[in-house]
Amino acid sequence: MSQKQKQVFALSGASCASCVRKIESALESVPGVEDAKVNLAEKTLSVVGDVDQTRCIQAVEEVGYGAKPARKDPREQREQQKAEDKRHYRQLLWRCGVALGLGIPLMAWGLITGEMTVTTPTEQLAWGAVGLLTLAVMVFCGGHFYTGGWKAFRHHNANMDTLIALGTAAAWLYSMMVVLAPGLLPEAARHVYFEASAMIIGLINLGQALEVRARGKTSAAVEKLLELQDTSARVLRDGEEVDIPLEDVQPGDRMRVRPGEKVPVDGVVRVGSSLVDESMLTGEPVPVKKVEGDAVSAGTLNKNGTLIFEAQKVGAETRLSQIIEMVRNAQNSRVPIARLADQISAIFVPTVMIIAVLAALVWFNIGPDPRAAHMLVVLTSVLIIACPCALGLATPMSVMVGVGKGAEHGVLIRNGKALQQASDLDTLVVDKTGTLTEGAPKLTDIETDLDEDTLLALLASLEAGSEHPLAEAIVQAAKERDLQLSEVEDFEAITAHGVRGNIGGKQVLLGNRKLLEREGIPEGDWPLQAKALAEQGRTAMYAAVDGKAAGVIAVADPIRDDAKAAVARLQKAGLTVQMLTGDNRATAEAVARQLNIDEVHADLQPEDKEKLVSQLQDKGKKVGMAGDGINDAPALARADVGFAIGAGTDVAIETADVTLMRSSLHGVADAIELSRATLRNIKQNLFGAFIYNTLGIPIAAGVLYPVTGALLSPVIAGAAMAFSSVTVVSNANRLRFFRPTQVAGEKN
Amino acid sequence: MSLLVNILGLLLIAAIVWWFWLAGRKNGGEHYSDTLEILVKDGVYDPDRIEVPAGEEITLHFRREDPSPCAEYVVFSDLDISKQLAVHKVTELNLPALQKGEYPFTCQMKMYRGLLVSR
Ligand SMILES: [Cu+2]
Repeated sequence: MSQKQKQVFALSGASCASCVRKIESALESVPGVEDAKVNLAEKTLSVVGDVDQTRCIQAVEEVGYGAKPARKDPREQREQQKAEDKRHYRQLLWRCGVALGLGIPLMAWGLITGEMTVTTPTEQLAWGAVGLLTLAVMVFCGGHFYTGGWKAFRHHNANMDTLIALGTAAAWLYSMMVVLAPGLLPEAARHVYFEASAMIIGLINLGQALEVRARGKTSAAVEKLLELQDTSARVLRDGEEVDIPLEDVQPGDRMRVRPGEKVPVDGVVRVGSSLVDESMLTGEPVPVKKVEGDAVSAGTLNKNGTLIFEAQKVGAETRLSQIIEMVRNAQNSRVPIARLADQISAIFVPTVMIIAVLAALVWFNIGPDPRAAHMLVVLTSVLIIACPCALGLATPMSVMVGVGKGAEHGVLIRNGKALQQASDLDTLVVDKTGTLTEGAPKLTDIETDLDEDTLLALLASLEAGSEHPLAEAIVQAAKERDLQLSEVEDFEAITAHGVRGNIGGKQVLLGNRKLLEREGIPEGDWPLQAKALAEQGRTAMYAAVDGKAAGVIAVADPIRDDAKAAVARLQKAGLTVQMLTGDNRATAEAVARQLNIDEVHADLQPEDKEKLVSQLQDKGKKVGMAGDGINDAPALARADVGFAIGAGTDVAIETADVTLMRSSLHGVADAIELSRATLRNIKQNLFGAFIYNTLGIPIAAGVLYPVTGALLSPVIAGAAMAFSSVTVVSNANRLRFFRPTQVAGEKN
Repeated sequence: MSLLVNILGLLLIAAIVWWFWLAGRKNGGEHYSDTLEILVKDGVYDPDRIEVPAGEEITLHFRREDPSPCAEYVVFSDLDISKQLAVHKVTELNLPALQKGEYPFTCQMKMYRGLLVSR
């Protein structure tokens, strides 16, 4: 498959249409160019085809202009976007000011003098002038509504612009008719509504301005992540430090990071050691010690030492970039709960138009006089009060903020569906190893007649060559005590029993009780000790030296510091926590007891985990599964929501519903709390938007008239519509203050 | 007179139903090509109906000329794909190979509407 290459250049000196032709034809003579296009507005040149970059630049320079490769800097683009938003905001405020500048005095005039009717020729002339002024305001301040409405109409589409355009145009046309031919209407109906058109346009511009402001905040979390990315990096080239743009960094480059600087790309430490603050990516508050061979991630902050590391992943490949990409995608994904709102908003505007016509007809047929004026007011108010954008914005705004908030806490939510399902889980299945426990066994007890260190040194020497995880724990413990290890002779592994070997002339055995029986060694009191240890969830082994039982040692996978608090949080949130493990029942139950876990499934084969999840689902449970993403992948996929824990790995980011950057069960609790908060927010928004429209439209249509004796003024309808969508966005922004709960006793 | 107004009203309703829901649904839309630009402006995608080849990865080019926030994102909600569009610029959006079918794309608040027809 041949991938077409496209290169973009920034042009200088090009300013007119003839430059475009010159540059384009110059490029066409460069070999390999399939297509060359100049964009005058952006001053860019894009070239498609397998071409040499410098030859393109040369070709442009030959015809008298300048070109250089365009840098695709996301930061620059963001700055531009922000400037654009600001400009747009000011423009909206301007339009609002001008429109209200006409609308408010007109309205005040109407309220104070009560004279908005046209009877005499002088009034005709005066109101005619006002009408033209209003038209100017409508075109200048609300022109975009009319062009938008018209364009959408031509595409058989209707949107908010359509409603605004129709509503304000109806009010203006009616008023103009009153001015030009008052005779056509009964005296009571000769009322002008120019102030309504001007006010509505002004208010809606104001609402949109506020919305632009509020919206800027919804992407604050992603902004923060983007800001973690530096624009340049310090690379070591031929022993010298060179500052180069970030996008020029290649894998394999060696780079230096000083204290207080950010890590520019993903890589591996080669020289030095330092504490690195990874909280921005993982939510883990404690800085992590990095030494030679450790991986560092782009965007993390180097605290106290200088590191030299080798770049491994750059650009879009870095963990930071992938997080940003995932968050951005999730922020706009579909939430099942919004399906109804989506369906409604698809037919919303034409339906509102029909309702408006029907309401007007009802007023015409059975309404009191002046019928024509009532028809107009009802028509305009219904069109203007209906706000499809509040409905459309309800979900996406909350999801934007909620998903972004998750990223701040090291919780990456794959999509809206995962978010919704996480909010109504009732059962959480947790893989023990690595989630509830550290995942690396440690020596916990040595009980012996001999000197502890002597025995440990012998056993560590014996196990030094073995790769068994329990053996590793023993060797590690000996290393921590600075014990000297010796050579092993005649090492032998006895399947299902243990190991033996000669060390410094002593015959050492380490294994289970069966090993002692097999060797005919008297057990003494040790089985009692071993039993007591096993009850605490530890794995006990017997040691024998020169044919005599020497003691028992125990190894256990220590429970994580924060596991108990996290389990308590989950239970408080109403979830049943179940533990899955391949360990034996005694060990598993000991752990479960300490953590206060509700149910234990022990002695499991890897494939049993998935089965167990589906059995729970068959019982009607909403099951979340927390595991490490690699070994537990099938169970994670089967669960309603899979939480991949401690996921530096790309695999997990790719597959899990929720990826937790921090290796802690607290992340699951955070994710569940956040999803519940977000769903609550979405429901508030949807409810608000539904209620607003289902109450607003009938009121605008005049159902309250028999009670109040008055119709809703189109100006109030305009104000209500303008602020309904601002309300939705502001409510979504409240989610920014979400904080996970803290449980007493949790370490921080 | 009153009969006339009522008939006009009902005709207007019929016209709304016809124009927005019945008419304009049949045409196949613009054929996809590498150079096709979708203009995002004034509340519509232009073209708003694009016929794309099924089973092929494609790149759509969106040119956003509308600073209003509605136009900021284009969302393919069936595919869980979305993209922030830069103002006054062409933004590329890569789509995976699609199965035959219809894939609506909208802005966040579903004001802008378009349809990809994959066949
Ligand atoms: Cu609206």
